[in-house]
Amino acid sequence: MQTLDLKQTRNNYENAARSITRRIIICAGTGCMANGAMKVHDRFVDAIAKAGLPVTTELKAEHTRPAKTLVSSSGCQGFCQMGPLVTLMPDNILYTKVTPADVDDIVTTTLINHQPVDRLLYKDPATGHSCRGTDDIPFYTRQTRSTLKACGALDPENLHEYIAGGGYLMARKAYTELSAKALCDEILLSGLRGRGGGGFPTGRKWELTRVQPEPKKYVICNGDEGDPGAFMDRSVMEGNPHSVLEGMMITARAIGADEGYIYVRAEYPLAVKRMRKAIADAEAAGVLGDNLFGAGQALRLHVMEGAGAFVCGEETALIASIEGKRGMPSPKPPFPAQSGLWGKPTVINNVETLATVPLILAAGASEYRKQGTPGSPGTKTFALTGHVANTGLIEVPFGTTLREIIFNIGGGVTRLDGTQDPQGFKAVQIGGPSGGCLTRDHLDLPMDFDSLKGVGAMVGSGGLVVMNQKTCMVRIARFFMQFTQNESCGKCVLCREGTRQMLGMLDDITEGRADADSLALLEKLANAVQKGSLCGLGKTAPSPVLSTLRHFRAEYEAHVHGKTCPAGECKALARPEINPALCKGCTACVKKCPVNAITGERKQPHSINASLCIKCGVCAQTCKFNAIAGV
Amino acid sequence: MTTPRNKFDKVCGILDRYERKPAQLIPILQAVQEEYRYLTEEMMTYVATSLGLPPARVYGVATFYSHFALEPKGKYVIRLCDGTACHVKGSNPILEVLWKKLNLSEQKKTTPDLLFTVETVSCLGACGLAPVVVINEEIFGQVTPEKACQLVDDIMAKEKN
Repeated sequence: MQTLDLKQTRNNYENAARSITRRIIICAGTGCMANGAMKVHDRFVDAIAKAGLPVTTELKAEHTRPAKTLVSSSGCQGFCQMGPLVTLMPDNILYTKVTPADVDDIVTTTLINHQPVDRLLYKDPATGHSCRGTDDIPFYTRQTRSTLKACGALDPENLHEYIAGGGYLMARKAYTELSAKALCDEILLSGLRGRGGGGFPTGRKWELTRVQPEPKKYVICNGDEGDPGAFMDRSVMEGNPHSVLEGMMITARAIGADEGYIYVRAEYPLAVKRMRKAIADAEAAGVLGDNLFGAGQALRLHVMEGAGAFVCGEETALIASIEGKRGMPSPKPPFPAQSGLWGKPTVINNVETLATVPLILAAGASEYRKQGTPGSPGTKTFALTGHVANTGLIEVPFGTTLREIIFNIGGGVTRLDGTQDPQGFKAVQIGGPSGGCLTRDHLDLPMDFDSLKGVGAMVGSGGLVVMNQKTCMVRIARFFMQFTQNESCGKCVLCREGTRQMLGMLDDITEGRADADSLALLEKLANAVQKGSLCGLGKTAPSPVLSTLRHFRAEYEAHVHGKTCPAGECKALARPEINPALCKGCTACVKKCPVNAITGERKQPHSINASLCIKCGVCAQTCKFNAIAGV
Repeated sequence: MTTPRNKFDKVCGILDRYERKPAQLIPILQAVQEEYRYLTEEMMTYVATSLGLPPARVYGVATFYSHFALEPKGKYVIRLCDGTACHVKGSNPILEVLWKKLNLSEQKKTTPDLLFTVETVSCLGACGLAPVVVINEEIFGQVTPEKACQLVDDIMAKEKN
């Protein structure tokens, strides 16, 4: 098989790109797709052709003049809240919430008359100013996008475009210019830490595997992003799959592996498809194969689709799953670096870690270290979700404060109906079911691996779920406990039975059955589960409980002793009452009540029959006079 | 009429595609499920024997991973995301409405006419759109209980015609 000439490919692509006068990039991330992005894409192709302008949907090397407009799709552009997103280059205009009905207007106003369509531009809620593009929108200008930079701009299914942007140059350098030892040293020097949650130094992991005498080794990409509230890895696999392959190629060179697996969560069908296509394209072009860059080394990559088990994110469980077994973790040592897949030395790196590797080689370790903090260099992607104005995918240097992320990038906290709530911030949940909650006191804490550990939370994979004052923290703890209880593989007794008991105790608390000893017992059991479990799932399963107990103990006590839920979320503790002084007897609530529990004469104060009431809260929402409280 | 021989033709094709390697058990079961929509005891035993594995091992894998179904699923599988972001944005009332509308529950996930299955999933990774509902492959974002009912009504109307 012939090796692809990267320089020639780049030249061909750049020549072809000269025939493109304007490029329209439609975000085809999961969020925008769900809002109809592909309809917008197709409408653009039709509308441009109808306007008599030459249009194409794929940039091919043989393209020559006449000049054309290229309509392409990209991976997630990050600003999911405002989708579907459409970017126009070279104008650098970003249109938000674009529907197929807006397309004709864009073609006439922008493509033909070179004016922006003001109504589709993002308006900064703070100033009311119309922002023209990503260089003008605070959500983007306050970020440092490096891993995500190409994700959202390039066409993820076009290998040539990846190469034209300098892609696979670092893989070639790794195979033709650098020794395995030098690669491990460079990554160790960069201080890169695993982005999957633990933050283990990647260079050390590689070195441990490199020195194993066994000739057969494996590289595995962990794309089993199971943390609820996290979608960074999905976006990278969907938006820039070749960067993950390049990272794997470099890893394979550093440890001496000739075979690898990409384990992708089954809930991510598009990521599976894109990774498979990327491998097929790279093999067809001679980037991957039996003789990488003429250096005499082979690399074969396979995609393995997960089957729905959160515990498979744990590396030994993931290996068992690839081997066709139940995904149950095994004790360490031996570490996968010594005895991993089929008993051979194996490196498992997270998607984001692998996508960062080529960037580090390109910049150099010392340049890379300039971003972030000394203990946690570089940038980190976060999935910002929950009660926040700008939900989406963001990337910031380690050490950025929570305040910057939530209020400046995220645009502040919102109520359930989506309106701004300046005083609404209650907590942010970080690190999923293994992580913890951060409160108002932590808003100015620089976020990195070590500082978060110090306050009982963790970076985890990077899900940040913002919660407003109406969120009951006991219920959040219960939510995560239900998750881990469900996902416990059952191997360790304390994880299997302990999480079940903890869930039962949390049910007692939220349903008013807890007594004076409940909290002490819950804490004791939480500590036991932490100590008595083998893998990360069990060891961290009690974290959401312990963290909320630490920061929101008063809320737990209100449930236990006062039998009330301060946030008003626990229905079993709700005691809806009509304040006779405020009730005007308008009968609006009577009509809305689904179980006819409210009675009363017109223009006389009404009352609620507690034995019939199902505490649904419809009456309180209906009442214009705020006369109904306690639900 | 189905004869015992051709009944397993498709499974044999799948087994051959994966070279009858026991290590490929999970992809094989995924392919079998895609073909038949769920895994019967007979199929699992057949796969086990063909791969030279004990049936208990195949059953163990099939019950360990949540994607394998041992009972038939409905024509329309409604998957409601109950990830953290969807949860705090109100996925629970949507589930209650869907259960009530289709007369389903935690234990009873599929309607008797095999038209609908309602399941929850931990996270679909579309948190920017929370709460999210996926019907077969199609994703719906920012769903409300009313919108969820409407989606079900639309399918029912389509099926009647």
